[in-house]
Amino acid sequence: MTSILLALVIGAAFGAVLDRIGATNPNWIGKMLSLTNLHLMKTILLAIGTASVLMFAGQMAGLVDVGHMSVKTAYAGVFIGGLMLGVGWAASGYCPGTGVCAAATGRKDAWFFIAGGLLGAAAYMVSYPMWKAAGLLEGDKLTLGAIPGADYPALTSIPGDIAGIVMGAMFIAVAFVLPERLRGAGQAVAPAE
Amino acid sequence: MVLNWKTGGVLLGLVFFAAVLLVKPIGVSTQFVILDAIIADAANPGLITATDEGFTSTNAYLAKSGGAYAKNAVTPLNYSFVFVLAMALGAFVSARARGGVGRAERRLPAIWYANYGDTPWKRYGMAFLGGFIVLYGARLAGGCTSGHMMSGMMQTAVSGYVFAAGAFAAAVPTAILMYQKEG
Repeated sequence: MTSILLALVIGAAFGAVLDRIGATNPNWIGKMLSLTNLHLMKTILLAIGTASVLMFAGQMAGLVDVGHMSVKTAYAGVFIGGLMLGVGWAASGYCPGTGVCAAATGRKDAWFFIAGGLLGAAAYMVSYPMWKAAGLLEGDKLTLGAIPGADYPALTSIPGDIAGIVMGAMFIAVAFVLPERLRGAGQAVAPAE
Repeated sequence: MVLNWKTGGVLLGLVFFAAVLLVKPIGVSTQFVILDAIIADAANPGLITATDEGFTSTNAYLAKSGGAYAKNAVTPLNYSFVFVLAMALGAFVSARARGGVGRAERRLPAIWYANYGDTPWKRYGMAFLGGFIVLYGARLAGGCTSGHMMSGMMQTAVSGYVFAAGAFAAAVPTAILMYQKEG
């Protein structure tokens, strides 16, 4: 029961924040991906950095349970699937989470996105044995460095928690130096602050 | 109007941190499979069957990892599925509280109108096709923008960087070609 309560609270907070940052709006996604307005990109980079620094610092302080981490396997299909998702994300302006949120806010096209998504997921369910037989789903749950208390294989010999804080700081730094736009009409705005 | 990126970024970061502090990293795209499995199992009751240890399926994807997906489809009142429903509710309430999405926008987003005119059915067709490719790709990759890009990179997961590289390598040229006018 506690887990359902947490799902309700964290899920609702996630949906509300996605709505408020513009991630559920295909106009903002289109402008971000065509590099004409990077405001949402800055938001996302800052979020990844903030979460990363808090989580790894919390782990070092013993306040965050390392066992709550869940690292996914890196395999060739991750890149191929990423390419596919990228095309569909740009074309539709939605990804799975923001599409569901956008539909909830009354956007009609988002309901078509969900319908297409359910069919796409079903198509993958049917074709999964093919990808598996091709060996494209094999890999390891790699992290950048070895994370104390976790048994994920590491890519480098850097301590994993330090690597996490450094990477988090880099995401935050990039969020700050990234200009408001990289291309398109109007003047390229100098880095904010 | 959207939140300033500093406020919005910190808030979104806090949600991702709270998720991993209290439960586990955020992910969404798996639940499309779970809903598919619920529908398919209702239409064809032999799809998911109980075993001594839990559940399995005649579909290899639902049966993998000890029938984890099959089990979640039979017991949808689990954390991950409720999370996605709550997410939709949160977005609904938030949009309502800021006055709602305008009627024209709900029918057709401005960026589509600017590039392709008043062609809502073309837009719906494109959204459907986009949804198909997005979810097929996300399942092949084992996660989406939430699970790989955000949750993955915040954990320094190599899979997250690989996914993000692929997603942006394809998304940026696609968006530049398709949406030359900003809307």
